[in-house]
Amino acid sequence: MAAEGLQDLADKAAAEAAGAKPADRGAAEAAPGVGRHEVEAVNKAEARPLYASRPSIHPKRATGIFRNVKWVVMAVTLGIYYLLPWVRWDRGPNAPDQAVLLDFPNRKFYFFFIEIWPQEVYYITGLLILAALALFLVTSIAGRVWCGYTCPQTVWTDLMIAIERFVEGDRNARIRLDKQRWNGEKILKRSLKHFLWLMVGVVTGGAFVFYFRDAPTLAMEFLTLDAPFIAWLFVGIFAATTYLLGGLAREQVCTYMCPWPRIQGAMFDEHSLLVSYRAWRGEPRGPHRKGEPWEGRGDCIDCKQCVVVCPAGIDIRDGAQLECIQCALCIDACNEIMDRIGRPRNLIAYDTHAGLATGKATRLSQVPYVRARTVVYAAAIAVVAVIMAFTLATRDTMSLNVLRERNPLFVTLSDGSIRNTYTLKIINKLHRPAEFRVSVSGVEGATIALGGHEGDTLTVPADDLLDARLFVAAPNPGREVSDLEVRLEEIGGERSATYETTFRGPER
Amino acid sequence: MAHERERDHVTGTETTGHEWDGLKELNTPLPKWWLYVFYATIVWSIGYWIVYPAWPLAADYTRGIWGYSQRERVMEQVEQAKAAQAGFVERIREASLQEIVGDEDLRRFAMAGGRASFGDNCAGCHGAGAEGAPGYPNLADDAWLWGGTLDDIHTTLEVGIRSGHPDARVSEMPAFGVDQILSREEIDQVAEYVLSLSGNATNQQAAEAGATIFADNCAACHGENGEGMTALGAPNLSDAIWLYGGQKADIVHTVTHSRAGVMPAWSGRLSPETIKQLTVYVHELGGGQ
Ligand code: SF4
Ligand code: SF4
Repeated sequence: MAAEGLQDLADKAAAEAAGAKPADRGAAEAAPGVGRHEVEAVNKAEARPLYASRPSIHPKRATGIFRNVKWVVMAVTLGIYYLLPWVRWDRGPNAPDQAVLLDFPNRKFYFFFIEIWPQEVYYITGLLILAALALFLVTSIAGRVWCGYTCPQTVWTDLMIAIERFVEGDRNARIRLDKQRWNGEKILKRSLKHFLWLMVGVVTGGAFVFYFRDAPTLAMEFLTLDAPFIAWLFVGIFAATTYLLGGLAREQVCTYMCPWPRIQGAMFDEHSLLVSYRAWRGEPRGPHRKGEPWEGRGDCIDCKQCVVVCPAGIDIRDGAQLECIQCALCIDACNEIMDRIGRPRNLIAYDTHAGLATGKATRLSQVPYVRARTVVYAAAIAVVAVIMAFTLATRDTMSLNVLRERNPLFVTLSDGSIRNTYTLKIINKLHRPAEFRVSVSGVEGATIALGGHEGDTLTVPADDLLDARLFVAAPNPGREVSDLEVRLEEIGGERSATYETTFRGPER
Repeated sequence: MAHERERDHVTGTETTGHEWDGLKELNTPLPKWWLYVFYATIVWSIGYWIVYPAWPLAADYTRGIWGYSQRERVMEQVEQAKAAQAGFVERIREASLQEIVGDEDLRRFAMAGGRASFGDNCAGCHGAGAEGAPGYPNLADDAWLWGGTLDDIHTTLEVGIRSGHPDARVSEMPAFGVDQILSREEIDQVAEYVLSLSGNATNQQAAEAGATIFADNCAACHGENGEGMTALGAPNLSDAIWLYGGQKADIVHTVTHSRAGVMPAWSGRLSPETIKQLTVYVHELGGGQ
């Protein structure tokens, strides 16, 4: 309590420094333990200029359940991001043992037990589609929860603000520092803050490149300064963008650069849970003196705690807004106030448009979660997921591609027969070499020969691709185009593949 | 003509006085960051003029203090690429043709190099896909006038055919009509006989008469049964492949005027390594011999 009292004193001092009128101070004294802030929402509808430079926003520390959720999400997501490259996964002797590795030089992606070849990038596409649909679904249920809790921009911005608070103090201290002349203290604090921000950037970029190369090897190379230039470059790029976007641009990214706020409106409806100010309960708002009756007035004491904690700098009491990332910190802030003034919690809460219109508090269990929109999104997710799982489970460990020579389409041999030439591309995805027998069918009397290889067998090295020329000769079929099937069978194995192509001859 | 600046009611910003359909342009200042980027590009461009070639002069251009030249860069890159290939080229030089074909890496390198040089040097006559043209052999089929083994192809590439090279492969078919060795009728008969070798005769009687003429005049080079002779580059007349066309008129023309295609010798024009790569490439085009 003592600490909070001090905090309030500091708040008051800051309010005074910020030019607050004494009348406001009076109101602040009225409700003990409640600090009042003289602050304007960044996007107040009455005074929205056409062009303005960014007002600095100094979000105040919030405490409460949503803040705690955000800390946990931050720890988990950053933990995953920084640690994942170090997880090992044994794939046998011929393959890398990094659980998640985007191996561009060898053109292969590894995700735990899944190994994706360049021909299979559609799995990645599928994953992205799945992610997009999941985002649609949660958005239709609970608004911008992605933005508020898990978006990398939010997570890193949150981290940057935490560092700023650690170095420069909370909101009022920061405002004071902003106004202060450049002296030793300010220089020290500012440079320390920017240094730490840059460090976060460097570590972020550092973790990023580990996804593209064996992490322990690359780490050693960084230490001995042997890392490839491209690695340094990407560390640099990511350090710079993290510093710039998370440290400096912050909510500007969400408001001006991110397309999501523009699209997501299409996913909301009147039953979507959004961070909302329950105006029916809060209005008319106004300062409240201790002991005054609560009848005939709203519960909102206009203390603007909800505005000062907002990382987007807006006033949720103006209704749903583009800038609001739905981080719910204003809920935490207002609940604390409600506790202090002895009013029920959740003046700001997750609520639906339909619920707000009823003038009663909607309980989470009352929201109709199953409705056309959510059902459609869920069904789409299920369909894509099933298709993905099925194709992933049944995909081949080998593949055959046949490209026919088109210049010339065919040649006449000395005995009058016709020969077509093809290039076979065979992929062996197993970590051992495999021998295949080539055969063709569909054209009568067809005989085959392989360029550069004896007989009709080919050996494809472990985890590799082989290309070979296939000559198919047949007596003149008297037809311009016949169907030809090229077949590949593993010798001493179960695998086989076929490829439909054409055999061309002269027109007759 | 100085006139009072107008102010916009809503924003309080000055207007520029420009008006379109009742809409007035506000004189909003450019964002600072934008201006700074603009100034930076100006500074950058001045630096660029100094450092790089930039301004055209009457007969020349400003060279820039770095002496940069795109042409030299390309040359450098070509040198670098050559250096990168040096190891392979070295191995190609040392290896025999059979060794190259037997080694997967060398074979791939030779195929790639061969494909490129074929396009540069050979495609003009033999076609991009080596499909040939009348008078220019198809290299993708199984008929080889001078032999289709690796060594045969290599020799043909090196010394050429009737190329004037001292070791060139040369053979000459007499112009039986022009030199009046055979009469018109005899030529007609022998042409029918040649057609009959591949089962295409139209006049059985003439063909039979032509058999003796063939034995006396043609069999020495083309073989008794017209099966050809690679040592002399004499074509097989009994197969389905006709370098100059298999119609009777084509054959009569050939016998009357003779034919003698020329292929240049490539030694001295192409490096020995390139010729080896070309050999491997051509050999694999048609499956070789
Ligand atoms: S909504 Fe809550 S936090 Fe915001 S001004 Fe009103 S009482 Fe204060
Ligand atoms: S209004 Fe509330 S939920 Fe929205 S961004 Fe601000 S603090 Fe977060």
